[in-house]
Amino acid sequence: MKDSAKIKTQALTEIESATDLNELDQIRINYLGKKGQLTELLKQLGKLPAKERPAAGQIINEIKLTVQQAIEDRKSNLEENQFEQLLEEGYIDTTLPGRGVKRAGLHPITLTLQRIESLFQQIGFDVVEGPEVEDDYHNFEALNIPEYHPARAMHDTFYFPDGRLLRTHTSSVQIRIMQNDKPPFRFIAPGRVYRCDSDMTHTPMFHQVEGLLVDELVTFAELKGLLIDFLEVFFERELEVRFRPSYFPFTEPSAEVDIMGERGWLEVLGCGMVHPNVLQNVDINPEKYTGLAFGMGVERLAMLYYGVDDLRLFFENDLRFLEQFH
Amino acid sequence: MKFSENWLREFVNPDIDTNTLTHQLTMAGLEVDGFESAYSDISGVVVAEVKSVKKHPDADKLKVCEVDYGENDLLTIVCGADNVKQGIYTFLAKVGAKLPGIPTLEVATLKGIESHGMLCSPIELGLGDDSDGIVELSDDEPIGSPFNEIFKTDDKIIEISLTPNRGDCLSIKGIAQEVAVINQLTVTKNEITPVKVTSDNTRAVKLSADEACPRYVGRVIENVNVNVPSPLWLTEKLRCSGIRSINVIVDITNFVMLEMGQPMHAFDNDILRGEINVRIAKPGEKIKLLDESEHEIKPDTLLITDDSNALAMAGLMGGYGSAVNFDTKNVFLESAFFKPEVIIGEARQYGLHTDSSHRFERGVDPELQAIAIERASGLILELCGGHAGPVIDIKSEKNLPKNPEVILRKSQIKRVLGIELDEDFVTETFQKLNMNCKYDVNQWIIEPSSSRFDINIEVDLIEELTRIYGYDAIPVASPNHNLKIKPENKKQQIIDQIREILVNRDFQEIITYSFVEPGLNKPLINKDNKMVLANPIAAELSEMRTSLWPGLLATLEYNTKRQVDRVRLFETGMVFNGNEDLEQDYHVGGIIYGNILEKQWNMVNNLSDLYNLKADIEAILSALVGENAYEFRPCDVDLLHPGQALEIAIEGHVSGWFGQLHPRIQSLLDLGSNVYLFDIKTENLVRDSMISYQSISRFPSIKRDISILVDESIAYAEVKSCIGKDATELLNNLELFDVYQGEGIEKGKKSLALGLTFQATSSTLKDEEVETIMGNIIDGLHNKFGAKLRE
Repeated sequence: MKDSAKIKTQALTEIESATDLNELDQIRINYLGKKGQLTELLKQLGKLPAKERPAAGQIINEIKLTVQQAIEDRKSNLEENQFEQLLEEGYIDTTLPGRGVKRAGLHPITLTLQRIESLFQQIGFDVVEGPEVEDDYHNFEALNIPEYHPARAMHDTFYFPDGRLLRTHTSSVQIRIMQNDKPPFRFIAPGRVYRCDSDMTHTPMFHQVEGLLVDELVTFAELKGLLIDFLEVFFERELEVRFRPSYFPFTEPSAEVDIMGERGWLEVLGCGMVHPNVLQNVDINPEKYTGLAFGMGVERLAMLYYGVDDLRLFFENDLRFLEQFH
Repeated sequence: MKFSENWLREFVNPDIDTNTLTHQLTMAGLEVDGFESAYSDISGVVVAEVKSVKKHPDADKLKVCEVDYGENDLLTIVCGADNVKQGIYTFLAKVGAKLPGIPTLEVATLKGIESHGMLCSPIELGLGDDSDGIVELSDDEPIGSPFNEIFKTDDKIIEISLTPNRGDCLSIKGIAQEVAVINQLTVTKNEITPVKVTSDNTRAVKLSADEACPRYVGRVIENVNVNVPSPLWLTEKLRCSGIRSINVIVDITNFVMLEMGQPMHAFDNDILRGEINVRIAKPGEKIKLLDESEHEIKPDTLLITDDSNALAMAGLMGGYGSAVNFDTKNVFLESAFFKPEVIIGEARQYGLHTDSSHRFERGVDPELQAIAIERASGLILELCGGHAGPVIDIKSEKNLPKNPEVILRKSQIKRVLGIELDEDFVTETFQKLNMNCKYDVNQWIIEPSSSRFDINIEVDLIEELTRIYGYDAIPVASPNHNLKIKPENKKQQIIDQIREILVNRDFQEIITYSFVEPGLNKPLINKDNKMVLANPIAAELSEMRTSLWPGLLATLEYNTKRQVDRVRLFETGMVFNGNEDLEQDYHVGGIIYGNILEKQWNMVNNLSDLYNLKADIEAILSALVGENAYEFRPCDVDLLHPGQALEIAIEGHVSGWFGQLHPRIQSLLDLGSNVYLFDIKTENLVRDSMISYQSISRFPSIKRDISILVDESIAYAEVKSCIGKDATELLNNLELFDVYQGEGIEKGKKSLALGLTFQATSSTLKDEEVETIMGNIIDGLHNKFGAKLRE
């Protein structure tokens, strides 16, 4: 069995010098495969005298095991090397920017509207809408603003030749909703409104959110509670809030709400208890129901929230402005 | 309204500083816009008497004066004012004096003569904008008294912006009333006693339009001297309220308006002919007003007239010809009540807004006219002399506003405010507000004061109480009402979902005006008319948009002008189609321009084309209505390239449009590459059925790729539908993975590379089954289009 020792030495040398997994596999086949050298030796055992067979068999089997083990060891060694190499090659400049489709952003007014809507939806307010081209009745008359009313001068109204108009506030929506349903009502009406006015602090179009809660036993105290809650959550801080008497033809009592800013009081919204005439105009009995109403300028809230100092930026749509809200 | 704080304090003087006072006013609903010092910082200015005036030897316009300023010597002053004369009392700014806006005064040499100071005109002292002559003081001012002693220079000008319901606070007395109630004080009464009637000169007054003018009070005052200067106390009060001094009579009527809230007018009595008639205009009348504007009077205008002329537009402005001037000897005073609605209509019609109309529009106390005329008469007699005739007071009782009693139930206070108020507080508050108030078993019966036009129903009284009680003192409660889960707001969800899809596909949201420039405003929906504003802010903002494209295009242009070379924008909002049959619907629209992706390293990046936009639209549609609910069809739209214009049909309804911007319009906008636009009506973007699950096949699929050659004019959709016919339900997916023309392909032909995946739901497919189907498909394509299989 001189051969077997020679084969062993040769196999182990070859295994040791194998440089990749393919080569190693060839070596395995060469020695251990169906026609491999060691397999052949085993086959030749039969030619030996019976007495010698067990010893010779044992030797060959030991060699076979040794070679198998050496191949396994070498294999894991080579695999390890291969991973090392992959890792080596895998070092790239991870600071290069990502590639692919970028995400754009929503307009800051939309972001603000979405926040307002979600805050009021938390407490069960519906979000409703109405037409922007309105008639005199819904925009004025039904809201207790007859034609010769001084409050009309506060609304620089855009008109169409036939007397229709662009709504000057989203309060017009409350009439449409209340006309078509029965109390209790709990909704906000966000949307575009229009005033014939354009300068540093006015744009001819802007956004308002009107809110209304009509039910039995709605009080001014609740109006205060609701709006203080809203403002503190909206601005994400504790606020000094004040309610001061004001005048809107469709609410009584009416109030303006101010919050304390860095340089004094800032007017943020208007509100009041729904005027009994308004309830009567939509066939709701003011002896049974009371209501609270509020209206806020979305641009104003967005300016305060984001620190935007020029209203007109919202409608110039300069991408350098809009991209700041991504 | 602007006013002097000291004037207010003549009527009510709470022991609080200006800050507290203005805070109180704001919190009572009279919003203070701000306050400022009534006087500039001035020193070195004293009362002086001009002792002598000589002409300057070397200058025609200058005079050399000797001036007594209360010291031992007289000062030599060179002065250019026309009104300087011997004996005049005026203000002298001494050498070293500090005046607003000019350097410290020094000795000046004027044409060779030294001037040791300056005689001051009002403008130099910050007393208004009059620079014509030096200030004329009355001769009872002590010579040598400093300016700061003559005026209470610590006075403040307070400006309040009043809500339209508070016409009663358009006067010092009205504001004083509020301050008194807040501070638990009473307004100092200045009893106005009727003047002695010493003349029987009178004038007939007729109220032909007694509905519009239910009360007219007049009086003739004879022999007045209009040439006396208005005293400083008077002009200063007017100045603090922003009213210029005109002449002493006009100043007095303005003063009474500010003090009491009654606008008045003074006519030159010698110009009036016959009877005063308050009537509606006749056709063809004309008037020249005090501001020298001339008007053709419109019908329905309320006029003050005499037998021959229109004298004044009632409540708005007096006429030029009948006004008091420096030659006037006899005046006719008017103190009237005009109905607010009439004056609002007139002011609006003529675009005239005056201090007078402002008050009449909001309502003047109908009990004030006679008292106001006595107040004015008293001042005229005191300052200008003269003889007052009898008061003429014509009334139409039935047309005067009434103040019916209003009942306030105690329970209603709690119901509206959420708290109970002390009964005594309620009673006292109404009494202090000058309202008669009786308490009677859980309710108050209140008669509002005649100056309050805003107290008509119970809640008006509750508001009064709340104002005085303090809005801040009302406690805070949380609304607590029946909660009910309501159906989702699908409309809102659609818009939010579209926004999310578009933002994730790199579309930036914009918001543009709903009124647009007419040029690009081409309707997509077939309607005849557009909505055009009667009073647009500018011609380029005069039409209501009929699609979102004008705003998107304008924004694209705005940004490309600022060196942006890739733009992807969208907007959601209402568009307006038609006129009598107006449809106002929510749309979403978008625009793409430039490269598909933002420029990035090592990345193939082409210019966007129709197919990129189509993918965006498909993303929206498949998310919202599902893949099989929509189709695209060629269409003809004004703003789009006719070869790249598609309409979107959802369940057969045309619901949107997209395509390439027409090259003609692209060239107008000066854009370097093609622009693609879409506009979709959102109301149809609703799934008509809920998504329902289809079982997934557990058996392996078989894939076949083929390349076919067809004429380039054959649309892919036709190929697809032809395959669909022969493919049987075993075709699971059809994928187009290449469209090729060019080298190796016959001219006029194109090669389409298609991947077909077959799968059965209940068994493993056999190759032979697929081969049969593929054979049918290829035959079908060959028969229909002459398609050849490529090797």
